[in-house]
Amino acid sequence: MSVTVQNLTKRFGGRREVVGVDEISFNCPEHRITSLLGPSGSGKSTLLRLVAGLEVPDAGAVCINGVDITNVPVRQRNVGFVFQNYALFRHMTVAENIAFGLTVRKAQKAQIQERVAELLSLVQLSGYEKRLPDQLSGGQRQRIALARALAIRPKVLLLDEPFGALDAQVRVELREWLHRLHEQTQVTTLLVTHDQEEALELSDHVVLLRDGKIEQAGAPTELYERPANAFVASFLGGATILSGRVVRGQALFAEEGLSTAVDLAEGSIVEAFIRPHDVRLAKVKGGTPAKVARVERLIRIGGFVKLAVALPNGDRISVQMPQHEFLEHGIEQGDSVLLDLRHGQVTPRLSYSI
Amino acid sequence: MTGVAVKRTSAEGLHHHERPALSDPVLARRVLIFLALAFVAVFLGLPLLIVFSSALKEGFGVYLAAISDAETLSAVRLSLLAAGISIPLNLAFGMAAAWLLSKYDFPGKSVITTLIDLPFSVSPVVAGLMFVLLFGANGWFAPLLSAADIKIIFAVPGVVLVTTFVTFPLVAREVLAVMQAQGSDEEEAALTLGARGWTVFFRITLPKVKWGVLYGVILTNARAMGEFGAVSVVSGHIRGETNTLPLHVEILYGEYQFASAFAVASLLGLLALVSLVAKHWVEWQAARRRTGDVIKGAAT
Amino acid sequence: MRLFTKRGVLPGFGPSLGFVVFYMSLLLLLPLSALILRASGVGLGEFFRIATEPRVMAAYQLSFGTSFAAATCNAVFGVLLAWVLVRYPFPGRKLVDAMVDLPFALPTAVAGIALTAIYAPSGWLGAPLLKLGMKAAFTPFGIFLALVFVGIPFVVRTVQPVLEDLEASLEEAAAVLGATRLQTFVKVLLPQLFPAVVTGFTLAFARGVGEYGSVVFISGNMPMKTEIAPLLIITKLEQYDYAGATVIACVMLGVSFLSLFALNLLQRRRTGAR
Repeated sequence: MSVTVQNLTKRFGGRREVVGVDEISFNCPEHRITSLLGPSGSGKSTLLRLVAGLEVPDAGAVCINGVDITNVPVRQRNVGFVFQNYALFRHMTVAENIAFGLTVRKAQKAQIQERVAELLSLVQLSGYEKRLPDQLSGGQRQRIALARALAIRPKVLLLDEPFGALDAQVRVELREWLHRLHEQTQVTTLLVTHDQEEALELSDHVVLLRDGKIEQAGAPTELYERPANAFVASFLGGATILSGRVVRGQALFAEEGLSTAVDLAEGSIVEAFIRPHDVRLAKVKGGTPAKVARVERLIRIGGFVKLAVALPNGDRISVQMPQHEFLEHGIEQGDSVLLDLRHGQVTPRLSYSI
Repeated sequence: MTGVAVKRTSAEGLHHHERPALSDPVLARRVLIFLALAFVAVFLGLPLLIVFSSALKEGFGVYLAAISDAETLSAVRLSLLAAGISIPLNLAFGMAAAWLLSKYDFPGKSVITTLIDLPFSVSPVVAGLMFVLLFGANGWFAPLLSAADIKIIFAVPGVVLVTTFVTFPLVAREVLAVMQAQGSDEEEAALTLGARGWTVFFRITLPKVKWGVLYGVILTNARAMGEFGAVSVVSGHIRGETNTLPLHVEILYGEYQFASAFAVASLLGLLALVSLVAKHWVEWQAARRRTGDVIKGAAT
Repeated sequence: MRLFTKRGVLPGFGPSLGFVVFYMSLLLLLPLSALILRASGVGLGEFFRIATEPRVMAAYQLSFGTSFAAATCNAVFGVLLAWVLVRYPFPGRKLVDAMVDLPFALPTAVAGIALTAIYAPSGWLGAPLLKLGMKAAFTPFGIFLALVFVGIPFVVRTVQPVLEDLEASLEEAAAVLGATRLQTFVKVLLPQLFPAVVTGFTLAFARGVGEYGSVVFISGNMPMKTEIAPLLIITKLEQYDYAGATVIACVMLGVSFLSLFALNLLQRRRTGAR
């Protein structure tokens, strides 16, 4: 069951008219996990709620498997929705929570019991039938919320920042768990997150949003390696964006503090999206300070070293390298260095992206 | 404590009818609104209406005569006196109790908290009886009182005393709820800056809780002037002397002077309306200024 | 005289505790003990005999029975009112909201004569009811109606804040899972409102049992039939039957204490189970 969204628009009224979602169209392939990624206010949650039917669009259409469901009320859409704060029914047991969707459909008691047991084993919480939500940990509650959503065999699974309220460690564990679960169930999933790592790890398809519009949509590697603009580049992977000019086959940035060979027309203005691990360092002795970069700070984190490097023109760039490489160079704080791009996108700057 | 309610305008609430999952079908909505309005009209609207319509039934002349009658005026005076004494007394108590219960923890705290609620759950007649047993002809203090030739029961002091009793939780509960909602951070900050006790109270706490205090006073006044059961037991119904307004209404009604009874009742009705308006104005002010939350419903 | 340790650094503990205890002892404990001691002076056997006299029992039955019925009625309509006030914007909503407090603001005697005027055989509602064969004033039914008036604010005001604070996501979750609005209300919302409804019910009940002014005019006051307990106390007082009055008052006090206790228990369970 694929989900297709066409020209969906939602405006929020009130004193300041805020555009939640602005003529968005995209497609979620069947059986795949698609992420809606973006900063706060980008419209991703609104989009998800529009697909679920929890909000009514001002214009546009939502289709599931080719069928237009824009006017179908939420309770008939048969989608699964998992809220950020779980929204478990606190006065009901775990079993009653999971069974809720089946209970309101007046299913047979035996059938319900069977399905509940099935789902509890799927989310690895068998034996928790009689527990109350208040007795569970955050991670457990989220798994129950998922089980509850899956109980009705939804066509589509919608997850609204499902791991947002959890501790970092639990978040990572649940991420992997969700991936395995999805392999088993193969339900088309639409996931909203602001965590780019989560999106890159989990999804087959990513839709990056900003201010109610799509900045780029595609496979994770595509957005990462070939960002369409500066925003995409910096959102996914924290890029520094520099502009420079081509001189004698070299693109020079930041008053020649950073340079790299390029095959572009002499004199053209170029833009580079530089990720911390794209930069190569070489220690320099002497040399005109004006043209040389300086290491301001280094931090060792795990197997990596992060360096904050000041460029000759005052800009700062973040460089990251594996520990062993760092030790080979023998760099210390305050050292002067020359920078080169290992590989990073250098594109002719045709138009400004804000 | 029961029924603490902070009146908030939930931003979500404004969108309730715009969100499909939260909005009820139009027909259901209309029916429920109709039922609710019908209930309110019958049980709340009619009583209010009939007070004023019965008061004016025999014409404006009778109405004016009733409310300017000498006995009525003395009843007004007594009611005002009872309110005028019980309000400041209970105000002082209320502030002290609220301060005590919200800023400290100590053994016996829950006993005090529960006892404060007692006048609410006790029948006003029982309240009146208790004071009769204390100060009445066969009461504990009877010998002392007759020796000093002081009459409490069947005299003005009894009325005032009993009024103070039934109204004493009101300011306390209201201000306590507000203080609890606001916390003690500011007071503690003032302490660290070197302020002394009374300074903290008058310059930090009082401004913060003023709307709660005002709300409590409005409630106290309404109750004090309207108290009937308890006062009925201790007053002796001496016309022109120990009759409050509600008692006067009862007497007129008992004499079948219905229009006059309702005329005097309408004064109390007007007072009730003024109290309601004042209450809402205070709630509105408190919400606007956000100087802490006026707790609606704490005075049940 | 630090008999116990207080927790809290703010000054003023001593004076405020002293004043509060003094005031409460004078105004509350003294009268209370007068009542209890007087009652105990009657002796257990005699106490029991008076408390179970037929006329007294009839009065209890009447007061408790009508209060219970009225509190139940208010529980149902209170939830309805609270729901409509919180969820449905309609013209005049603020006015209706303010009106809910009327029973608190209006003196009981005024309410009493007003209600009697409405439900008397010639009254605005009394007359049509009579045509339908129902006598309202001067019957237990009339007392019931008066107590409904008295108890309206209790359930409404305890349920309203709970409704206002309800998480929208719970209703949305139920909707996505396929529940109709009615199913959502019954299975998801009502259980959450229940503690507040019970609190309001108990408050309305306790208030109704002791109510005097609103009820004494409409009740007819016939012994054994329409005589409420508070009136019986006054009657006995007028006959100088202090023992009788005291005994009945004690029983009513006991009921008050019980309901206060039950409420506190409920509050503690609510905040504990969260």
